[in-house]
Amino acid sequence: MPWNLDSDRPIFIQIIERIQMDIISGLYKPGDKLPSVRELAQEASVNPNTMQKALSELERTGLVYSQRTSGRFITEDTAMIDNLKSELAKELVTQFLENMQKLGIPQDEALSLISETIKGDEYHDTD
Amino acid sequence: MTLIECKALTKKYGNYHALSNIDLQIESGHIIGLLGPNGSGKTTLLKLITGLLQPSSGTLTINGEPVGVNSKRSISYLPDHTYLDRNMRVRDAMDFFEDFYQDFDSMRAYDMLAQLAINPNHKLKTLSKGTQEKVQLILVMSRRANLYILDEPIAGVDPAARDFILNTILSNYDENASILISTHLISDIENILDEVIFIQDGNLRTHASVDDLRQKEHKSIDTIFREVFKC
Repeated sequence: MPWNLDSDRPIFIQIIERIQMDIISGLYKPGDKLPSVRELAQEASVNPNTMQKALSELERTGLVYSQRTSGRFITEDTAMIDNLKSELAKELVTQFLENMQKLGIPQDEALSLISETIKGDEYHDTD
Repeated sequence: MTLIECKALTKKYGNYHALSNIDLQIESGHIIGLLGPNGSGKTTLLKLITGLLQPSSGTLTINGEPVGVNSKRSISYLPDHTYLDRNMRVRDAMDFFEDFYQDFDSMRAYDMLAQLAINPNHKLKTLSKGTQEKVQLILVMSRRANLYILDEPIAGVDPAARDFILNTILSNYDENASILISTHLISDIENILDEVIFIQDGNLRTHASVDDLRQKEHKSIDTIFREVFKC
């Protein structure tokens, strides 16, 4: 199935985000071998050159490393993956707060909204 | 490596400049979209590259050589009009390509026909317009060429088959080959392109990497096209 890519942002950046997510969510485990550029490009329905660019960028950040002949692997440095996870989580929270601000909701109110929503979910769970 | 190089390439039909002073370099291993409004010179440029037209002035080289026997051998061309005898069966068209082109891989072609459920025993004239287009594209993409030139390859084909065709293009071209695609269906193909060339009234407007353009403009290539060529 082709990946869901927007046409108004660079494709290679979206590929990087997608693979980062797959690593954080555990779809790819530390030390796992990545499929080949060609396989990934076909899966995503993108140009192999674009996929190559995304993978080189992931390699540059250290999240992925390549072994000369046997392919590309996910880093075994779990601390790095945890770091990436908390960075992304922070980004999402910042985004959320910005959106709340656009709605005119101050931070403390946003916070209580969150706890209410969580409580609401709990209520539904036991329902 | 430079695959196509145009210097001050110009084509006139009488007094009409179909292409004026085109300077262009295309590298090997890329998929390039050739985009422009109707009558902007796309097909003229493709016909110059394939040697079907002669330039009025300027130079054009393929792999460093002028257009000729060698360049024609290495280019697989899908024209905007069919040239196959419509009384042929699909199978005959396959044989025709097999005879003509040393680099034609008939196994690959029959395999793709089967995947699209096209019966090789049917005559071309009994096939729908879209199916005829699919057959032609299969023929062209089943050659092991250096350069594929596709003039409006997906215009008459339904969206599901379009996806199949794009995947066919992606999975069949080898890393050193380039593909030059002219089309109006930008949103359908823009995710597979490396670069775009915009031409307008026979002039080169833009030649850039698609991701660079997206990053700069925060827009899709389709949107940029609509803005640049707004009527």
